Amino acid sequence: MVQTKTQFGYRRHPDQNRAGADVAEHPVVVVGAGPVGLSLAIDLAQRGQSVVLLDDADRIGEGSRAICFSKRSLEFWDRLGVGQRMVDKGVVWSVGKIFHGASQLYQFNLLPEEGHKRPAFINLQQFYAEAYLVDRVQELSGIDLRWRNKVIGLEQRNDHVLLTVETPDGPYRLHAGFVVACDGARSSLRQMVGAEFAGQVFEDQFLIADVKMTAAFPTERWFWFDPPFHAGRSALLHKQPDDIWRIDLQLHPDADPVVEKRPENVRPRIARMLGHDKFDFEWISLYKFQCRRMDKFLHGRVIFAGDAAHQVSPFGARGANSGLEDAENIAWKLDRVLRGSSPEALLESYHTERSAAADENIRESTRSTDFMAPVSQQEARLRKAVLSLAKETEFGKRMVNGGRLSVPSTYDTPLSTADRDAWRGGPRPGASMPDAPIAAASGQSMFLTEAFVGKGAQFTLLEFGNGAAIDAPEGVETIRIGGGDGLADTRGLAGTRYDAEPGTTYLLRPDGYVAARFRHPTRPALDAALARAAGLNRGLS
Amino acid sequence: MTLSTSSNFAKPDDAFRAIVEAHRGLSDAQSADLDAALVLVLANHIGDIAVLYEAIALAKRRMLDASQQQQQQQQQQ
Repeated sequence: MVQTKTQFGYRRHPDQNRAGADVAEHPVVVVGAGPVGLSLAIDLAQRGQSVVLLDDADRIGEGSRAICFSKRSLEFWDRLGVGQRMVDKGVVWSVGKIFHGASQLYQFNLLPEEGHKRPAFINLQQFYAEAYLVDRVQELSGIDLRWRNKVIGLEQRNDHVLLTVETPDGPYRLHAGFVVACDGARSSLRQMVGAEFAGQVFEDQFLIADVKMTAAFPTERWFWFDPPFHAGRSALLHKQPDDIWRIDLQLHPDADPVVEKRPENVRPRIARMLGHDKFDFEWISLYKFQCRRMDKFLHGRVIFAGDAAHQVSPFGARGANSGLEDAENIAWKLDRVLRGSSPEALLESYHTERSAAADENIRESTRSTDFMAPVSQQEARLRKAVLSLAKETEFGKRMVNGGRLSVPSTYDTPLSTADRDAWRGGPRPGASMPDAPIAAASGQSMFLTEAFVGKGAQFTLLEFGNGAAIDAPEGVETIRIGGGDGLADTRGLAGTRYDAEPGTTYLLRPDGYVAARFRHPTRPALDAALARAAGLNRGLS
Repeated sequence: MTLSTSSNFAKPDDAFRAIVEAHRGLSDAQSADLDAALVLVLANHIGDIAVLYEAIALAKRRMLDASQQQQQQQQQQ
């Protein structure tokens, strides 16, 4: 079985040579070099911050773990300069099929329309994603990545956090302006701040097996209820790069994990599923899961992100993807606070926005899990009714819940300026920017998300031209479509997706979310919306 | 829209009878299966989540009343 993919060396840092009260000071320390911590560090560094990134291990993970990365995550990674590499290696998919017994109930397409740079999803082993992110980290001078640096102590001070870090050379201390804890579901920093992590425990056990084989299954997500090869339970099949297939089998709640995990017991199950046994195991893991989150994602100057802050069931690809959304949400806010261009209160909006997103993810994945593993006889009866109605009715198909896949949340947030004009469509304030195909001045086709990246992922006006360009507030970039500077909505899709008329202008946040939109923007209205989105208004909570 | 509790069928007895007859000859388990499917079909036809919540609340209130009555009777005995 494949285990360690990449080994990194511990290196002693000059910070460790300091003694006594002489402690190295850093504006921000990120704890945990998983996908979330690495992405956050890159985003901060690209915004000009120096980041210390600590990880208690010295290698990239065991097993494929998270495999589904969403369109939103890919768009974030495009901003970090790693999106293309992920997509090139990954398996692109957008179609899912649901089976009941031996027959197909229905199929769905998560991205049925053209004109997006990125697909609905790619499947990519987490260790590849992490390796590519580490490569990117090493291209950036602003990130100081320290392996085998384990945080063992944390003291909150008025204006900083004092960390004690254990290393092979013994402990040392660090003085951090802010700490972002991305140290996973078993977060030790969460325990150090004394935070609760309460939620629902699910009794059903699931077996994950990654098998290597050459097979002609299409690159789609296949989900079975009560399949002939695994009677009474559910199963999932997904393709990964390198001829690896992810198989997920629901087990009985009372199954013995030690027995179930033995390859000689797993093999016949999977052979029944595939109809042959010409495969090798890459990874076998057995898990139960919990849906839970921290009450508050901010604890003084310690900010929690990813699995450290919230955990969901794996059905729906909402774990790693929501962690990446946390990272993109906190990065620009922390950057502004560290620069002094926004007050610390801006960070509160991270909790407001991302805890609501966590609630949504928990709700969605709990519903999927309850559908897969009904907890009472009546729930089982209702599910049976849905599955049988799905054979002949459209409404039944839509009620079948084999996992609702991750989509970006729409935030109800004090950073948004409420609509005052009439809109028939387009993303409302608090929604993430939809992509659209456009043409550059050269005539070359490109995407709106690329134009946004090209402007540096800053506060940006997306303006649909109407005579002279509008006067943008200082520090705000402009993407102007159909104006003098040459970007053109050649296929009309940008206009449609943004419900645009001449003059329509969106104020985009640095994370690509809509802060405000106007049919006919005025400079005072833009200034006010910008101040609100940057947390400069009084009374922000 | 709100839940209508006025009498909507021209012949309410026909409606009641139709449901009773659908259950004739079924075991309790089969009846429960039938009810589950019927509830889902009708809920979708209504297609209004607020009305559905109201309907659930009204139906559940019957159950609460029944269990309270039972408790009272037990106390009197």
